[in-house]
Formats: sequence, structure tokens, C-alpha cells
Amino acid sequence: MLYREAGDFKTSYPEDSQTFPIAFDRWRYWAVLAIAFLVIPFVINDYWASSLMVPFLIYAIAAIGLNILTGYCGQVSLGTGGFMAVGAYACYKLMTAFPDVNIVFHVLLAGGITAAVGAAFGLPSLRIKGFYLAVATLAAQFFLVWLFNKVAWFYNYSASGQINAPERFIFGTAVTGPSAPAWAQYLVCLVFVTFCAVLARNLTRGSLGRSWMAIRDMDIAAEIIGVNPLKAKLTAFAVSSFFIGISGALFFAVYLGAVEAGDSFGITKSFLVLFMVILGGLGSIFGSFAGAAFLVILPVFLKIIGVDVLGWPTEMVAHLQLVIVGALIMFFLIKEPHGLAQLWRLAKEKLRLWPFPY
Amino acid sequence: MLDEGYVTADGRQIGGVMMDMRGITLRFGGVEAIKNISFDIREGEIRAIIGPNGAGKSSMLNVISGFYNPQEGEVWFHGKRRPPMKPFQVARQGIARTFQNIALFEGMTVLDNVMTGRLTQMKSGMLAQAIWKGKAEREETANREVVEKIIDFLEIQAIRKTPVGRLPYGLKKRVELARALAAEPKLLLLDEPMAGMNVEEKEDMSRFILDVNDEFGTTIALIEHDMGVVMDLSDRVVVMDYGRKIGDGTPDEVRNNQEVIDAYLGVAHD
Repeated sequence: MLYREAGDFKTSYPEDSQTFPIAFDRWRYWAVLAIAFLVIPFVINDYWASSLMVPFLIYAIAAIGLNILTGYCGQVSLGTGGFMAVGAYACYKLMTAFPDVNIVFHVLLAGGITAAVGAAFGLPSLRIKGFYLAVATLAAQFFLVWLFNKVAWFYNYSASGQINAPERFIFGTAVTGPSAPAWAQYLVCLVFVTFCAVLARNLTRGSLGRSWMAIRDMDIAAEIIGVNPLKAKLTAFAVSSFFIGISGALFFAVYLGAVEAGDSFGITKSFLVLFMVILGGLGSIFGSFAGAAFLVILPVFLKIIGVDVLGWPTEMVAHLQLVIVGALIMFFLIKEPHGLAQLWRLAKEKLRLWPFPY
Repeated sequence: MLDEGYVTADGRQIGGVMMDMRGITLRFGGVEAIKNISFDIREGEIRAIIGPNGAGKSSMLNVISGFYNPQEGEVWFHGKRRPPMKPFQVARQGIARTFQNIALFEGMTVLDNVMTGRLTQMKSGMLAQAIWKGKAEREETANREVVEKIIDFLEIQAIRKTPVGRLPYGLKKRVELARALAAEPKLLLLDEPMAGMNVEEKEDMSRFILDVNDEFGTTIALIEHDMGVVMDLSDRVVVMDYGRKIGDGTPDEVRNNQEVIDAYLGVAHD
């Protein structure tokens, strides 16, 4: 009953092309934002922040980034972990080199540096497509992780080979380091997620986004209508890596605090983010959130059910989780290649006609 | 232009030479797809390229739109020799085209597909688009207005928010035409716009082609196999066979050309 378009007349093109054309969707969006900003920070505790909310928000940024590259521009990438590592190490180097500058700038700059690195590794995409490109980005993944382990300059010659996030403050509150309160970590990530999501939405609905999608759907036709494939592909790599770099910087500085490239940004990370994008929905900002939420919540949910309720051994539940995620990936690839976002879209289509479908 | 053009049978004034193909030869390895062909396309005219299968018609269109660069010969556009170009650079010169087998962006809506036709006109930078409010939004609205006029013109208003993948064949052809028109091209290349259509759809498409030429003054070069359509629509016809040009002139001249008749009907061997 709530979800209606009848009587909601659009009288201008901006109104017609807004993100949420249906009034109810707009209200829901503002309600979610209000709860996220005004309610959750006051009730969040360490457990919920570190096991659910903070990783969810950070992975959502990474998923948005990969979705721009793979979902919108159609370039398969397995280098997400490596690019997150670039973001993390860039942020670390900036934090230690310029301790007086606010960390917000460090994170943004880390995103910018990752964008440059991503665009450089995107160059092969001009010649190769599909699986072959995936293999080329795989090379980026292994090269970058190797580089951060091998060259001591990146971890400031520390004995452990790890990088540790020094304590940094925003408005007098610690957001990194061991004494950072849960709500501050959460809020910082939330601000970045909101920023990235709005940015991604705007970029994907304009002429740049259309040129990406044109390349994805049919590159020959894209070229014939005037899309420069070089520009379209490299901007997709750059923008995608910008978001992934931000997520890597936050993953290191805010979430983990201490990082070793091979452990935290290995190939499994690339696959995890790719699974988020596939499960959530290729070519959808909402899908990035849905996929990230799903794959962050699933292990926690399974642990609660398996270990706490049923009393199964922890290792068994951990293995079971791999089985379930694998099965789900196959299920989605066969049954719903457009992921959770498509299920959501179909549900909304149904809701528009409910309770009187014709 | 030195020459003044000519007046067609139905009284339309045709202007000077817009595109001049001079001695084009295109080879794929040892195969000569096009052999030393010259012809011109004049301002405001509907120019047809016909010929049996494998005659090199599509290759010719691909030379014009920049997919292939000929080994020999020159392409002159608006009185200037065109250097070898990539297809997207050709598009920016004001040449748009449709494909023999539809080349739409299946994952996007009709509206988005047609909006991609405006990409050459949309200039706002990445930062402006990321902020959206202001320059990017104004530009989007201005281009949307142009696109909506074309959507009205081709009578596809009802499907503008439908993903292209869900549309039937005839409508897809029309959307592809809309996308090409959205670029407001000076020269429109149509590669078999009526292939696989029934009589009514062909009539619709013919009407749209004539209307485009009439209302926007767009010069059109088309490849088509339906002789009735070609002879009715076009002002001048180039006939190709085995990569050679065997005829060039008004539909009546071409119809009575012995070499053309031989190519289409075959020659008696005695």
C-alpha cells in the first residue's frame, strides 16, 4: 500500500532521473541514513563494531570499487587484495611521514595513490579481455603483495615486517590505535561509505558511467558512438582503485591496526570481494552493500548457530562456512546472475502491484 | 564546393560533395575485399550501396566509419583529406552508424542506450560528474531534452525505461536508429536497416529514414538487399560486385545497366 507511483507526477527530467524516483524509497533511504548516523553510534559496542559493522562498511567500499570495474565496466579483476594493500601501505607511509596532517586526508590521498597504481595495472585491459585480463590482474595481486613484503622501506624497516597504525585523532577523538572507541571507528567508516556511495552513484549515472556500461555491453558499438576505449577503461580502473584504496587504508588503520601484506591482503581477499560483488549484484551500488553485508554477517550468523546454539566444534563450523559460501556462489551464478540486487528489484516490482497483481 | 549539386526527382535540392572516396582498396592478407573504388556522397542525399553477398558493401561502410583503414586510396570528408582514424574519432566528426546485426547495449534501458548517442556532446569532467549537482546535472538535462525529441520522433516513448534485452527485434532496430540519431550526425550510415523485417516494419523503417532525411537534413548512406526499398528510397545507388564498382547513378540508370543485371541475374555462358 505504501509503495505506489500513482499520483506521483514527475514534471522535470532531473526529477525523473533521480536515484530514488519513488517517494517511499526516498523516505526509506533517509530513514536508513538517520538510523546509521543518529542511533547506531549511541548503542554500538566493541563486539558489534569489530565483528559486524566496521568490516561491513569497509568491505562495502571495496565492493563498490570492484563493482565499478567489473559490474559497470565489465573488466574482471582479481587484484582487489593487492590494491587494498596499496591503500593500506600508502596510508601508513603518509601517516608516519606527515603525523600532523589529519588522517582523513591520508585516507583520501591513499585512495588517490591507489587510483594511479590501478590505472597503471589497467593498461593491459586495452589489449586483453575476460579471463586473460583476470590473469593479468592476478599478477598485479601477487606482485604488489611481494613488493610490500620485500621492500623494507614500505614498512619503515620494522623488525616484524608489519605496519602498525599510530594513534590519530579526528575532532579530539582517537579513531585509530588501541584506545579508539567503537563508535568513533564506526562513524569514520560510515562517513567514508556514504561519501563513496554518493560519488559512485553520481559517476555511474552520468556520461562516464554510460561509457563504462557501453564498453561492458559491446565494446565495438561503444567505440562507434564515440567512446574512447582507452579513456573509459583507464578511468574505470582509476575510480575503482580509488575506492578500493580507501577501503584498504581504513581496513588497516581503523579496523585491524596492524597489518602484514600477505596475511591481510592476499588472494583470498580478492576472491572475498569478488564474491561480494557477484552475490550482491554486478552493476549495482545497492548490490555492493548487500553482498558485503551478506558475506560479513554469514560467518557471524553461522558461528552463533553452530557453535553457540548447536555446540559444534569451531573448526567444523569454519569449514562448513566455506562449503556454504561456495554453494551459494554456484547457486547465484546459475539461478540469479544479477545477485541479491536483482532479487530486491523483483521484490519491489511485485510490491508495486501488491495486493492486486494483474 | 565548386559544383552545385543537383535536384532530385521529387524536387529536393542536393548539395555539394560531403564524403569523397577516392580509389579505395582494402586487402585482408591476399584477399582484396575492395578494389579501387571511388564514389561520393553528397550533402542531403540518400545514397544506397547494393550488391550481391560478399560484394564488399559492409567493408566499405567499415572504411567510412573507421574500423578498417584502406591500404590504398583517400577518404575526403567536407573537402579535407581524412587521416587514418579510430572509430571513436570518426564518430566525433559527425558520422554515426547502425549495424547489420544489432549492436545495442543489452544491459541498459532504451533511454540510457539513446543517451549514449550523446556522449560525444557531453563534456563535463569526472569531478563535475562526481559532484553531480550543478554542471553535470544541467548537461544531463539538456541532453535528455534532445534525446526525448528523438524518442518522440521514432515513437518509442512507451519503452524508454525498458531494458533493451527485453525488446522484440523490430523495436531494437528502431532503438539503434535512435541512438545513432541522438548524436545529431551529419552523415548517417545504415547497414541493412531492414534485414529480417516484415513488410509493415519495413514500411515503418522506410518512413523513418525519409523523415530523418527530410526533417533533420541528415545525409544517409545505406546498404540494403530489398531492391524495392532501395529503388524507392535512394537518390543515387552504387552497385558493387566482388569488390569492384559496377554501377553508379540514379535508380533508373542502375536498373538498366547491363553489368548490374548480369551480376544479379547471372550471365548465360554459351
